[in-house]
Amino acid sequence: MTAQEYAFLVLAAVGSVSAIAVVTARNVVHAALYLVVTLLSVGAVYLLLGAEFTGWVQILIYVGAIVILFLFGLMLTKAPIGRDTLDNQQRWVGVAVAAGVFVGLVYLIQQAWPMKDAQNTYGVYSGNTGVIGEAIFRSYVLPFEAISFLLLAALIGAIVLARKDDGA
Amino acid sequence: MIRLPFILFFSALLFSAGVYGVLARRNAIMVLMAIELMLNAVNVNLVGFSAYLRDVTGQVFALFVIAVAAAEVGIGLAIVILLFRNRESINVDEVNLLKW
Repeated sequence: MTAQEYAFLVLAAVGSVSAIAVVTARNVVHAALYLVVTLLSVGAVYLLLGAEFTGWVQILIYVGAIVILFLFGLMLTKAPIGRDTLDNQQRWVGVAVAAGVFVGLVYLIQQAWPMKDAQNTYGVYSGNTGVIGEAIFRSYVLPFEAISFLLLAALIGAIVLARKDDGA
Repeated sequence: MIRLPFILFFSALLFSAGVYGVLARRNAIMVLMAIELMLNAVNVNLVGFSAYLRDVTGQVFALFVIAVAAAEVGIGLAIVILLFRNRESINVDEVNLLKW
């Protein structure tokens, strides 16, 4: 266990607890704030893995833009409080399915990458901004353009959907 | 040095929390939040393997996933607000017009 690994375990614990709080919170605004904690800890994990650019993009876009969108959405709609109104009747089925998914994934991961295997350790990989930029604009130009077109379409679509149609 | 299984376990837990949220929540915005958790689990895996394999491709795809997630949230919230304007409620189990 290295210092980096201890730091990762602390971040993963914070992120996991707040992720569970996101899906169990009784107050929708609290759930959004727990989501901020989860996204920040995921971003910190990226930084810890040496993925600086991805980590800062995660923090800027998720915490800065997506959570703000969620909070606007919550403000524009009525936000009921309480487990009975927020959760549906299939809650225990949901618990069972989620637990099954988790156990299955843990089993598969253990099969594929056993914890005792010493080769499963790695140092910090400095995938810095320049390398990422080169990869995007040299090997992945077409997906990049497709993404930008998708964002434009989503922008126009969201405006058309949410606009108030007084004439109609 | 972080062992890869730790990262994969963290990702699996985030994904399972997202699965629970999608199945159990009634509020459409909470369902969207749970979907964000699942997308984040995928991104954690991509960045973890990018560091493990010392290849930047995983991070590039994580950035693409983040962009698609932003587009998805924008459209999703527009639909939710439209739904609220028409039905005065955003509970997903009350939207059953197309249900057989």
